[in-house]
Amino acid sequence: MFKVVTSRMIVPNMHLLTLEAPAVAREAKPGQFIILRAEEEGERIPLSISDWDEQMGTVTTIFLNVGRTTDRLSRLVEGQQIPTVVGPLGNATDIEKYGTVLLLGGCYGIGSLFPVARALKQAGNKIITVVEARSSYLLYWEDRYKDYSDEFVRITRDGTKGYKGHVDRLPEIIKDLGVTVDRVIINGCTYCLKRGSDATRALQIPTWVSLNPIMIDGTGMCGVCRVTVGSVTRFACVHGPDFNGHEVDWEELLQRRKTYMPEEVVPLRTSKSKCEEHSQQR
Amino acid sequence: MAEPKKKKQLDLVRRDMPKQQPEIRSHNFSEVALGYAAQTAVEEASRCIQCPKPKCVENCPVEINIPGFIKAISEKDFKRGIKILKEKNCLPAICGRVCPQEEQCEETCVLVKKGGQIAIGRLERFLADWEAVQGKLEMPHLPGKTGKKVAVVGGGPAGLTVAGDLIQLGHEVTIFEALHKMGGVLVYGIPEFRLPKRIVEREVDYLKKLGVKIRTDFVVGKTQSIDSLLEEYDAIFVGSGAGLPWFMEIPGENLNGVYSANEYLTRLNLMKGFLFPEYHTPVKSHKRVAVVGGGNVAMDCARSALRLGAESRIVYRRSREELPARLEEVENAEEEGVIFDFLTLPLKYIGDENGWVKQMEVQRMQLGEPDASGRRRPVPIEGAIEIIEVDAIVCAIGNSPNPLIAQTTPGLEIGKKGNIVADEETGQTSREKIWAAGDVVTGAATVILAMGAGRKAARSMHEYLMSH
Repeated sequence: MFKVVTSRMIVPNMHLLTLEAPAVAREAKPGQFIILRAEEEGERIPLSISDWDEQMGTVTTIFLNVGRTTDRLSRLVEGQQIPTVVGPLGNATDIEKYGTVLLLGGCYGIGSLFPVARALKQAGNKIITVVEARSSYLLYWEDRYKDYSDEFVRITRDGTKGYKGHVDRLPEIIKDLGVTVDRVIINGCTYCLKRGSDATRALQIPTWVSLNPIMIDGTGMCGVCRVTVGSVTRFACVHGPDFNGHEVDWEELLQRRKTYMPEEVVPLRTSKSKCEEHSQQR
Repeated sequence: MAEPKKKKQLDLVRRDMPKQQPEIRSHNFSEVALGYAAQTAVEEASRCIQCPKPKCVENCPVEINIPGFIKAISEKDFKRGIKILKEKNCLPAICGRVCPQEEQCEETCVLVKKGGQIAIGRLERFLADWEAVQGKLEMPHLPGKTGKKVAVVGGGPAGLTVAGDLIQLGHEVTIFEALHKMGGVLVYGIPEFRLPKRIVEREVDYLKKLGVKIRTDFVVGKTQSIDSLLEEYDAIFVGSGAGLPWFMEIPGENLNGVYSANEYLTRLNLMKGFLFPEYHTPVKSHKRVAVVGGGNVAMDCARSALRLGAESRIVYRRSREELPARLEEVENAEEEGVIFDFLTLPLKYIGDENGWVKQMEVQRMQLGEPDASGRRRPVPIEGAIEIIEVDAIVCAIGNSPNPLIAQTTPGLEIGKKGNIVADEETGQTSREKIWAAGDVVTGAATVILAMGAGRKAARSMHEYLMSH
């Protein structure tokens, strides 16, 4: 069993969970993920690692409450235990001195890009961090990025902070900053990865994305996470999760991610109401 | 001395094992075969002529004293029977259910020519189940501790065998398993209706009682590398199995509704998807499922699809004769209503406007000259291209060994197919202190072969540990 050390909502519907998992914390590297189960009857879901503390033996993940499992996770309280935390899985993001690296994070990606920013900064890169959300109240961790970002840019859909609009404004942002970007790394939802990659294609900037397909075991065994990259089938869990964003077959990935959407709604409709479960838990 | 007996009349009638009726079992996930009653087991065992040079033993990968345990059954001494059985096989309830007996022990039974070979597998199963019902396990006498520590990577059949053998030789053993449940393919792959999971749990519990330590949720190669484990352990056994599923690399394989056998079976078995939404891992309900392949895994997928309410078919490029699956499982599938499209090769999968598979285009084949495998080669019948309507396809054509250990263990010799290279007789790899066996060495094979190879590796590891 794995103990919950911290569990809190950091912005509406976005949750931070710190778990006691010393073996994972010992080996974790930027860009890797864990697989966890929230309860005995639960499914296995992959979540990106947002930070870790080897001394404390903890790993932190940030996730959006979207389905049955994330809903359950979001209601965990300190001291509770969950049956499975396994990792660190996937290959680490390549950390080298590239020059100027632009990190684009949306949604939970703002969290999972943080260790990447830290490692790339320590490797001597100039770091431009771009964070994206629907509205300014959904942005987080700006303070944590402070020490590891040379430039910090916000994009909000409603224009309440920074640039108004989508990640498609990336070319404009780069122009405004007046810099040459050597590499772009994007973490976030599939749309954010796709649109970000589309935006950098014309600029011919090498762009790496952390893919997030459906997974079960996370060790290469089940093959559900397969994606087409450069017309070759790859397994995101053992060949990725980072891939060249300009080579990913985005339509296929978006399609495959929708596979279980109807089934994910069933249990939400048929299970007890949230407030009923919540009151039982307390 | 006893009087010389008159030559006994040969009884060539194999005793049937009761099964759930096909029309009932095709709608549930409960075990199909119900096992012998004691009386039937004694009758079946009494048919054994107790050959002085038993061929069945020679053809058993773990060399079980088959005439020995059968004699005990015929004398109704089940306690002695299970003891004899367990001397060579620590997983009898599993082997009695999933071994391809017709190609091993039973194939070489002297009565096979007359069609009355002894039902060795059923008798093995009987003894294991009898012991479980007794409620108390006979624990073997364990020798003194050697002080040597062994890490076993992978909690499947090979790893369980190695752990069982080494703990009984006095070594300290820890099994590291990547998934959250022990058993490897026994729990994620083989369905409940063929091997109930409580039986696997029972065998794993037995190992725990013997003192084997178990760490689940631990991916060796990721959570900790082999080299890092070697700082703590005197020897390592790698039995990480065949991971990475194969696909045919034909158009449309990444459409929604196209599964690897591993995904399909893992959702249902390990994650108990057949109990969705009670268990949370989603499973789709399909109307027409086509399973590509002809091995045990393909049969398991097709029979699972049937139980979930689909019309289910096997699409296999050769004929029934060449099916690699256990005969008993092929017959079970036929009885339950699985459709067989023999001599049929998928060419491509066609999707609908939403990216879901809706049809498979297939080439009908005929048998030509024998190929390198000795089987007649399937060759296309010109122009015989057809469409099969489906809403799901399960690809059950095999797996390559999981690459994680190979990727993260420098100096370990890896074969062309990504397998770990290990000595066939000893399981020794190219690196000192590291042994390997099972599917990660041979590619996907059977439970008993993995166990047999594990036993040899354990013997070699023991020799090493005692001399270093």
